[in-house]
Order: sequence, then structure tokens, then C-alpha cells
Amino acid sequence: MKSISEIDNIGARTKKDRIFMGLVVLLSVVTVSPIVLIISKLIIKGYKQLNFGFLVEKMPDTMQAMTAVANNELIPGGIANAILGTLLMVVLASAIAIPVGIISGVYLYENQGKWMANLTRSVSDILQGVPSIVLGLISYLWVVKHVTNGFSALAGSFALGIMMLPMIVRSTEETLKMIPQTLKEAGLALGIPYWRVLFGILIPTGFSGLMTGILLAVSRVIGETAPLMLTALGSSVINTNISKPTSAIPLVIWEFYNDPNMVDLIWSSSLLLMIMVLAFNLTAKQVAASRK
Amino acid sequence: MNTNILQIKDPILSIQDLSVAYDKNVAVKNVSVGIKKNNVTAIMGPSGCGKSTLLRALNRLHELYENITTTGSVFLNDEDIFKMSPIKLRRKMGMVFQRPNPFPTMSIYDNVIAGYKLNGISQKRQERDEIVERSLRDVALWDEVKDSLTKKGTFLSGGQQQRLCIARALAFNPEIILLDEPTSALDPVATSKIEDLLIKLKENYTIIMVTHNMSQAARISDYSLFMYLGELVEYGKTKNMFTNPQDRRTEEYLTGKFG
Repeated sequence: MKSISEIDNIGARTKKDRIFMGLVVLLSVVTVSPIVLIISKLIIKGYKQLNFGFLVEKMPDTMQAMTAVANNELIPGGIANAILGTLLMVVLASAIAIPVGIISGVYLYENQGKWMANLTRSVSDILQGVPSIVLGLISYLWVVKHVTNGFSALAGSFALGIMMLPMIVRSTEETLKMIPQTLKEAGLALGIPYWRVLFGILIPTGFSGLMTGILLAVSRVIGETAPLMLTALGSSVINTNISKPTSAIPLVIWEFYNDPNMVDLIWSSSLLLMIMVLAFNLTAKQVAASRK
Repeated sequence: MNTNILQIKDPILSIQDLSVAYDKNVAVKNVSVGIKKNNVTAIMGPSGCGKSTLLRALNRLHELYENITTTGSVFLNDEDIFKMSPIKLRRKMGMVFQRPNPFPTMSIYDNVIAGYKLNGISQKRQERDEIVERSLRDVALWDEVKDSLTKKGTFLSGGQQQRLCIARALAFNPEIILLDEPTSALDPVATSKIEDLLIKLKENYTIIMVTHNMSQAARISDYSLFMYLGELVEYGKTKNMFTNPQDRRTEEYLTGKFG
């Protein structure tokens, strides 16, 4: 009579199990390795240039960079013009996208199932899929040509703001949907007008959800290059005037790429950009986790 | 005229021919009833009989939902509630919900004062303190929370949260308090505390409470409505109804034949 293990063929099954386990581990490593490789490459190549001056000084010109490279020194100057430009445009884009996005999200939440809301939701979803360069073109046509009459930070912010919009609309709607209906009813039953219930109870209750959406949207647009090339153009000086051309971190990376003397700066700029994106992403994760 | 419906003299709230429908389904059918001031009135009936629907019509909460239509009239001190501004009406009719629902981002103090604060009513600090203390004392919660007023309302136990919600409704000094099965999510100890509280509160307020717990209605209510399938079947003094129900359906419900 055969023993149960012979019938059941446990040996072969254990082997199969091990193979699958190995495969799972291998594929996980494959998934994680690009980000590890990218970050380590950026750190190795970029850390040298990443000093205080890099953050507070404006871009060097080609001659300065060439001399430094020839003498085997660090390239002087930094990318303060780009950092400031990125911050300026992200803040401005948020100022455009957050109010509009939250109000649209509230509208969608309050009008579930109505055709106008469904249409708005679909359009917002389509907007999310529009290539960013197309948004840049639209901003060029509307803002650069007719509002600021030239390349400007405002035009760049407009393009970035439109990119942020669908994410904020969606996260607002989803967050509000998760808040129990009775909270809204309790507020209204106290004789509080709707808009005060919204701003005094619903939005504070869903604050972390809204914040997560906003931070993810910011971290998404902060690295956008294409729309800015057509709108903000770039600038080698520090600019705070929103109607003038302005630099941004992704834009200077592109400029450094085109200038053989400044190649070293690519890595440090990319490293800085990566740190900023990661910071926003991780903060968003933290905020989302703090919800419970 | 239905002889099973008690006529109340000088009611604080007079409901006349009130019907409520969800789309085409009529949930409350032509209810006419008067509510006596400074008494506890219980609305009883099996699930789905329209108890909560009737209650929520009284502070016009149904207007939030477009698929609900309300017809008929309700007079609060001879004033037609459907002609009042809903905001004014709701300040006169506090509401407490089935599950405790303190505002999660607010402290205990802010929860009680929320009605004032969120309405943008400016007050002196001292005035606010007084309202908070009075309301919390009214619900016998003051001694338990007076040292932790700045803590979040959601840190309290379920029964405490529900008393906080009652305090929140009392802060505006409403004339009527509407309670929608206020103890159904609570344990027996918390339930009995709330029941004692309601008996005390009727000195100053008129209380209308939905309950599907018959013994609770018997314990604390002075008047009872019995509803069945959206109709008001019987209305009278609770004592009389429990000892000598007029309608066969009331009797069957009270003796546990259905419900």
C-alpha cells in the first residue's frame, strides 16, 4: 500500500512552491530596483554640486562653467532662479487649481447621478489624460498670446493648474463621499446654512483626504517640463514677476543638457527635483495614513 | 374622524394631513396629530412604518433630497413651518440621530457651541462658556467632561457621545427636541441614563422620540403614536394605549404578534 505522501506527491509540490516563491521575490526586486538605481545614480553623480550655494545662487554662464571644468573645480553658482521659479509656479498653479477643484468636487458630490455632474466627471477624467504638452500649447494660445503678451510664469502656472485640476476634483469627491451623511444632516439640523456646514464641518472632517489629493497633484506637476517650455520659457535671472519669463528646475535640467560645460549640474538639479517630489509623495502618504 | 386619534388642546405642534413620498412610494400617509407641550411623545411601529420619515419631515430634513416630496402642513405655535426659513425652524427644533455623531474635528466644547459658532454668531467668551456649561449640565455630562473640554468629542464613550449630541441640540434652547431612536446604538446602562435625562428634560422642552422599543416608550413617554405601513393607527396617552389599545393592529403589535 502506498503512503499518503507518495499519492499526494508532496515533494514535487514543495518544489513548485519554492519556485513560485523565488519568482515572486525576483519580480519584486525587479519592480523596486529601478527606483533604487535611479536614486543611487543621482546621489553618486549629483551630491558634489549640491551645496548651499547651489540653493541660493543663480545660474552660472557658460564661460564660468567652462573655466571651472577646465580647472577641475566645482561649477560655481546654483539654480536659485529655477528653484524660486518652480515654487512660484507651483504656488500659483495651486491657487488656481485648489479652489476650482474643490468647488467642482463638491458639486459632483452633491449631484450624484445627475447628467450634468456625470458629464463634468467624464470631462475631468478626460482632462487627466490630455498630454501635458497639449496643455502647454493651449496655455500658450490663451495666456502667452493674449494675457501676458509674452512667455510668463502665469502661463506656466495656468498649464500646471489645469493638470492638477482633475486630481483635486476626484479626491475631493471621493473624500466627501466617505464622510457619513448624518454629519451633514446634523449640521443642517442645527440650523447652520449649507455653505457653513461645508466649510465648517465637511471640509475640516475630510481635510486629510483633500490634502493628500493636493500633495499628489503638486508632486505630479513639479517635474513637468514640456508645458513650461511653451509657456514659462526659462530665465537665467531670479524672477518674481508673474508676467515675465521664469525658470523652473526641469527647465534648467534641459538647458544644462544642451550645454556640454554644465553637464555636472544636470545630476544635482535632478537630485534636488527628485528629493522634492519624494518629499511631497511621502508627506501625502503620511497625511493619508494619519486619517485613521 | 378616526376615534382612535386623541385630540390635543392647544398643541405646540400641529401636524395636518402630512404625507411624505420617496419618488412614488408613499411612506407617510395623511397623518394628522397634535403634540402636547412639555411632554414626551413616542412614535412607535414596526420597521419601515414611516416613523423616522415622519420625524424628519418636522425639521424639513427631507428637503435635502430631491426625490422626497412632502405635502400637508405643520404648525409650530400656529406658525406654518413650511413658510418659515428652514434655518430658523431648525434652531427651534433640535435633532438627535440614531448613532452618536459629534463633529469629529471639534473639541467637546466646540461641539456644544457649534450651532452658534458655525452660524457666525459672535459672543463673548463668557457667554459661550455659560451656554456650554448649561447644555452639558442639562445632559448630566458636565461633571464627567468639565476637565477635558478641549478633547475631541469622539474620544468619549458611545453613551457620552450621544449625550454630547443632545447637549449640542439643546444649546440653541429649542422648543422641541426630535430624537430618532437615540438609544438603539447604546448599551443598557447608557440607554437608561438617556431615558432618565429625557424625563428630566421635558420640564423645559417638548420631546418627540422615535423608538421601536416598546418598553422604552412605555417607560418614558406620556403620549404614543402607533404607526403601521405609513398610517397613523392610534394616538393617545401611553398608559391607555398599553393597557387598552383601541385598534386591533396596535394590540397585535404591543402583544408581539408582529413587529
